[in-house]
Amino acid sequence: MAEDVVVAGVGMHPFGRHSGRSLKDLARVAGLRALLDAGIGPQGVQMVYSSNAMAGMLQGQEMVRGQTVLREIGIEGVPVVNVENACAGGSTAFAQAVMAIRSGAADVVLAIGFEKMFVADRSRTLDALESAADLDVVAGLGIQFTAVYGMRLRARLADGSIARQDLADVAVKSHANGVRNPYAQHRVQVTAAQVLESRAIADPLTLLMCSSICDGAAAVVLARGGALPQPGRPTVRVLASASTSGFTLDPAGGPSGATLCAQRAYEQAGAGPGDVDVAEVHDAMAPAELLYAEQLGFCPPGDGARFFRSGATALDGRLPINPSGGLASRGHPVGATGLAQLAELTWQLRGEAGERQVHRPRIALAQNSGGWLEGESAAVNVHLLERTQRWT
Amino acid sequence: MSEVRSNTALPTPVPTINPDSAEFWAATAEGRFITRRCTNCAQYIWYPRPICPFCHSQETTWEPLSGRGVIYSFSVVRKAGGDWKGVTPYVLAYVELDEGPRMMTNIVDCDVEQVAIGDPVEVVFEDTGEGSALPRFRPAPR
Repeated sequence: MAEDVVVAGVGMHPFGRHSGRSLKDLARVAGLRALLDAGIGPQGVQMVYSSNAMAGMLQGQEMVRGQTVLREIGIEGVPVVNVENACAGGSTAFAQAVMAIRSGAADVVLAIGFEKMFVADRSRTLDALESAADLDVVAGLGIQFTAVYGMRLRARLADGSIARQDLADVAVKSHANGVRNPYAQHRVQVTAAQVLESRAIADPLTLLMCSSICDGAAAVVLARGGALPQPGRPTVRVLASASTSGFTLDPAGGPSGATLCAQRAYEQAGAGPGDVDVAEVHDAMAPAELLYAEQLGFCPPGDGARFFRSGATALDGRLPINPSGGLASRGHPVGATGLAQLAELTWQLRGEAGERQVHRPRIALAQNSGGWLEGESAAVNVHLLERTQRWT
Repeated sequence: MSEVRSNTALPTPVPTINPDSAEFWAATAEGRFITRRCTNCAQYIWYPRPICPFCHSQETTWEPLSGRGVIYSFSVVRKAGGDWKGVTPYVLAYVELDEGPRMMTNIVDCDVEQVAIGDPVEVVFEDTGEGSALPRFRPAPR
């Protein structure tokens, strides 16, 4: 890679319900923590990509959302680009920041994502979420994303490759990881029986399998290699950054957006799925992890449940998936999620993930998907990060 | 011709109609189910649009669909918001049309607990009262 891009700093505001805090409060905390972690002040940021999906509908801030929150932390007088890509907005901001550095336009770039989904009238939040699809096409169907995931999983229950018990067990794993994550929204251990008995949302999914309405923010400082020396700390570099929009599926079948994106990322990195030591995947409903393990090449097609049952994806497994608790447990404040995944993986690679630290990872994968268009995500980003120093 | 009816269990909002979709929606009001088909690669295109998403040909034409298909997958929605809050449980499904495309739709006139993958279904049009009707599907004889 001609120009190494490194993750110089990460920060989050805990995900959850933060009734007393504004969108600016959330973004300020995440942004300042990322700057502090990178060892720079606001004047050190040369460019910003800012991700938010819903503040237009929910807070009425239809325009210049990035600028309004960034001046709170003294970031002014630099290019600010507002990014929206539904649930994949955060990783889209990250991908743009990588490109900005590789292009030579800047040496230090902030990617920040923030979302406040708890508002007085919950139906407005649901309407905003529905707009992650093509409204001209889906209007009048009563579409909701839980049901979209429900349909994907139903087909797999029907062919016997995934059992109902797997759906519950994977939610138990997500919660077990979330309990160990101080930034997670749902920090309660649950049992498989509780998961299956919780309220049905859209068959076969129950409440405890699903991500929920959430407030939160996450931020990442990216820098050209060498621009921000951080002696004494392991370096995390960006090994690959791949993106795709959705596409019309050929009725004869074909790879998913996540598969296509992962293949591009592996090719860029000169690596394969067997090299990945830890992953954060887009489990808006916990059982989606089973499908993504296949689509990202961690196991053969159809083997997602078997792979999970082997224990490979547990915190102490061969390839821990969603050590943060994932979207279902850490929380899913839409525009912030992709950056929370990358913050988590940075902590994991540095060895700073506390009680949820996985064993000495070298390469990490983040997959973040957003929106829905006729069977496919509207946007997908896959990133590979690498710890450059050996573990000692 | 398929049935067009005005008494519906589910909400039937008026769709957004533009020059590319006007013919489709006008047909629905008459109980005719049509979509675009590519004259270059012969694929049926759902949703209907003027450029083929498979071969990118602009040579596409309106063609009738049989209105028959099978349920590819589905979910029974038991918790919903807005206009849909009062009509749960309802079925959101992908129907694989006899002509090939999979479309998202609702399954109506059914016992939601009995719906199954592979069930044969047929289109029924639910009138919006504004010169258009929403295509939904109901169980059909095998």
